[in-house]
Amino acid sequence: MIPADGELTEAGLAAEGRGRILLIACGALAREILDLRAANGWTHLDLTCLPAKLHLYPDRITEAVTEAVAKHRADYDGIFVVYADCGTGGLLEQRCRELGVEMVAGPHCYSFFEGNDTFAGREEFTAFYLTDFLVRQFDAFVWKPMGLDRHPELRDMYFGNYEKLVYQAQTDDPALDTRARDCAARLGLAYERRLTGYGDLATTLARL
Amino acid sequence: MADDDIILSELDDEELVLQMHDDLYDGLKEEIEEGVRILLDRGWAPYDVLTKALVAGMTIVGADFRDGILFVPEVLLAANAMKAGMAILKPLLAETGAPKVGKMVIGTVKGDIHDIGKNLVGMMMEGAGFEVVDLGINNPVEKYIEALEREEADILGMSALLTTTMPYMKVVIDTMKEKGMRDDFIVLVGGAPLNEEFGRAIGADAYCRDAAVAVQTAKDFMARKHNSLA
Repeated sequence: MIPADGELTEAGLAAEGRGRILLIACGALAREILDLRAANGWTHLDLTCLPAKLHLYPDRITEAVTEAVAKHRADYDGIFVVYADCGTGGLLEQRCRELGVEMVAGPHCYSFFEGNDTFAGREEFTAFYLTDFLVRQFDAFVWKPMGLDRHPELRDMYFGNYEKLVYQAQTDDPALDTRARDCAARLGLAYERRLTGYGDLATTLARL
Repeated sequence: MADDDIILSELDDEELVLQMHDDLYDGLKEEIEEGVRILLDRGWAPYDVLTKALVAGMTIVGADFRDGILFVPEVLLAANAMKAGMAILKPLLAETGAPKVGKMVIGTVKGDIHDIGKNLVGMMMEGAGFEVVDLGINNPVEKYIEALEREEADILGMSALLTTTMPYMKVVIDTMKEKGMRDDFIVLVGGAPLNEEFGRAIGADAYCRDAAVAVQTAKDFMARKHNSLA
């Protein structure tokens, strides 16, 4: 069963205890990983997720992943970390190397969903990105933590240098498109939708 | 709100300054503007209003941000209030010849448009008596070099929020080395994904975790520079 977004944001997801390889992932990727696993019959992969809200405090991600690796290491043949750098400034990559576990390449999920090479080639630094998860959790991840629910006057301090909101759609869902368009309007940004699918996430997990 | 009952002009100086600290904490821009004007009308020197009312208040905000009591939105509201107070004081400070601690060129690196942290640092540096030349966002190395030379600055401050843009700081520092000008400037770096190790690795003088640390670090380096020249 796919867990609720709020649960993935606040608590994460417990492992099922089945499969040779454990994926330790960001809660924001749970649905996508479970979908890929089901579609491809990857029964050798188990999944546990850390709370997606860790992204609001990137300096806590490295330690949280380290603890999760220590907790689960003895129970699996291998562990794979489904985080990109995610604002850790290279510290997560360094820690994974020290721990002897692999992780997804790239700076952020919005880079690997589009494909790291394609994303880097765009040099699109005035775009603000949302994925399916972030569109559904826009208020929890963007609007409220930035205080825009209480102080809308802060909007341009945060977003004044951005030009557009790019919704990277993992699934073709008109309802999410409508919601993403509304998010762009609330932020005062132009809107663009790109159907990315799962990008490098799919090819990375297929290798395991 | 209980504070609605407080009439700022009826408070004595000490009470008013403490009230302004509270108002800054609560991000009350108009109250800060009013408080600044009252103190000036009472004959306070602009520099004293700046340091005792605004900077001291913002220092409390900075400490509570560092300790996880306040978060970014509250800090931004406080910064907006302080900025409004400073806008009144700035022309007066120039006229009254307030002490100048040093000069800083600051900017966000190429490919990066994030400027909240940089703006906070710039404002707190100004509050601490530094002259600040703000280059804005998305700065190529040439712009930094040209500004450092033109402004005869003491300090270069570079900011980045993205893992993908922070390595550009090394490009700037390496270019300064190639031009034989690296040792003429104090180089401070900051931004959410940075850390001390990164600062050392790229050859910066210091990584500054937040605006308060940046101000203190800049002051320490300036004191050392003055001592070495004495």
